[in-house]
Amino acid sequence: MKKIEAIIQPHKLEDVKNALTAIGVEGMTISEVRGHGRQKGHKEVYRGMEYQVDLLPKVKLEMVVPDARSADAIQAISTAARTGKIGDGKIFVFDVQEAIRIRNDDRGEGAL
Amino acid sequence: MSRSRIARGVAFPAGNPPSIDPRAPRAASLARWLGAALLLLLPASSLFAQAPPPSLDARLAAVEAAAKSAQSAGDNAWMLVSAALVLMMTGPGLALFYGGLVRRKNVLSTMMHSFILMAVVTVLWAVYGYSLSFGEGTAFLGDFRYLFLNGVGAAPNPDYAATIPQQTFMVYQLMFAIITPALISGAYAERMKFSAMLMFTVLWTTFVYFPMAHMVWGKGGLLNAFLGGKIPCFDFAGGTVVHITSGVSALVCALYLGKRKGYLSEPMKPHSLTFSFVGAALLWVGWFGFNAGSALAASPLATSAFVATHFGAAAATLGWILAEWIHNGKPSMLGGISGAVAGLVAITPASGFVKPFPAMLIGFAAGIVCFLMVTAVKGRFGYDDTLDAFGVHGIGGTLGALLTGVFATSLVNDSLKDSSGKTLPLGWVDGNAAQVLNQLGGVAISWVLAIAGSLIILKIVDLTIGVRVRPDEEDEGLDISLHGEEGYNFEA
Repeated sequence: MKKIEAIIQPHKLEDVKNALTAIGVEGMTISEVRGHGRQKGHKEVYRGMEYQVDLLPKVKLEMVVPDARSADAIQAISTAARTGKIGDGKIFVFDVQEAIRIRNDDRGEGAL
Repeated sequence: MSRSRIARGVAFPAGNPPSIDPRAPRAASLARWLGAALLLLLPASSLFAQAPPPSLDARLAAVEAAAKSAQSAGDNAWMLVSAALVLMMTGPGLALFYGGLVRRKNVLSTMMHSFILMAVVTVLWAVYGYSLSFGEGTAFLGDFRYLFLNGVGAAPNPDYAATIPQQTFMVYQLMFAIITPALISGAYAERMKFSAMLMFTVLWTTFVYFPMAHMVWGKGGLLNAFLGGKIPCFDFAGGTVVHITSGVSALVCALYLGKRKGYLSEPMKPHSLTFSFVGAALLWVGWFGFNAGSALAASPLATSAFVATHFGAAAATLGWILAEWIHNGKPSMLGGISGAVAGLVAITPASGFVKPFPAMLIGFAAGIVCFLMVTAVKGRFGYDDTLDAFGVHGIGGTLGALLTGVFATSLVNDSLKDSSGKTLPLGWVDGNAAQVLNQLGGVAISWVLAIAGSLIILKIVDLTIGVRVRPDEEDEGLDISLHGEEGYNFEA
């Protein structure tokens, strides 16, 4: 099993969700996050007080998929989230030791 | 009797026939028409069977009484609505405007500053505030004739407002006494102890606001142009009383308390400009009660003040945004709402004396001047007036008070008359350039009273209970450290 963690532009969330649904990935967890990579922030001014804002709003998707599906899922995310500009985000992939469904104690890929 | 029943659309019990309510002239005239139609249908004999008609004098007296009662009803309706509008400016208006501008850890404490005054000042007002403000007293302060609202009831007080119950006048003026100290909270937000804020406000309202309100609006007050003041100063709705006193006191508070911990080194962005927007929009609407209500009647003067208020706010919004667009390259919503408030402040003293275009001029000037105050001047002097109560209310109020002396005209307000009943010129545009000096006198007195009063009161509070929270409380945020609650509970 692989855990896929993707940090993307918030306005690309809908496209990514559709692309994952299209290839049959079920279930994901989404959070609103702030962060930055190499992308520069922007300036905000409130009544003359200037702030350099480095941490920009992003959306983080997390999902665990069977090993066989991970390449497809990664491909779907990166295609759907890409604008070609700096700030598109990153995808990280982890090995997952175990998955447990709390309702009935299913284990492994059957619990996904 | 049946006419009345038709006109009001209400079924009354037959044994208790109501008379036509003179406070409902439209319903009454409809009833008269219906009655005339009924009369035409009646047989002639029944007309001759009626009692002889009342004398002309009696009928005239009845008509006069009905007209007076109708005016009183109209005026009272408008003044009660105005009073409610002015209260709406404090909560929710100011509470949202200020609450949105602070960091999220201080949102409740900042809203509390406005809200608690709705309770505290009301009690002060009932016990002695109204009496000290509007009792005749001396040129500087009222007396104790209305202590515990003694004698303040349904009968009008003709010195102030001859057509509405004095109780209406009293409760309307109370709403001004509530919002004035609430405006100061913009300067001490995010770092003042709640207990200190209460003590400061009780003393400040007593020793700064009540005397100032008496001097400008009370009978025999030093600055009251219309009721025998030595320095006739025009302040229609409280440019000196409300905005200069609160704005200048705000500067004193900001300097006395010192900067917030981390000022200029930590980010202190407004946590919710959407709150601030809603608050500012409520302030704009509420200001119609504040200014147009200050006519104390549903009169053409109220309309004129309403129009001047709206035009001033509109021009000020554009003034601030324009200045900001040129200066920063971007027009911001915070700039727009700040400009609107600055314009509303500046037009307040002038609203019942100026025509619409001078009103726009006053507003536009306020938008630009207040923008420069909160950006260039504040940055240069480095004081931490958290929410710019001084830059907007102190400076906008001062500008408005002075420009009132320029643009006030008897074409708008002819209530200033000499002993023979001749209407007197008001401002510079009427040829009375000296009025600007009178306005300057009013401005100077309110500045001095605000500075001296606030400084002494802050010192007293500091020496007794201390004014500022501990640094760890400031870090944690006042909502949790002082009030034991949070504005946003994500786990709930």
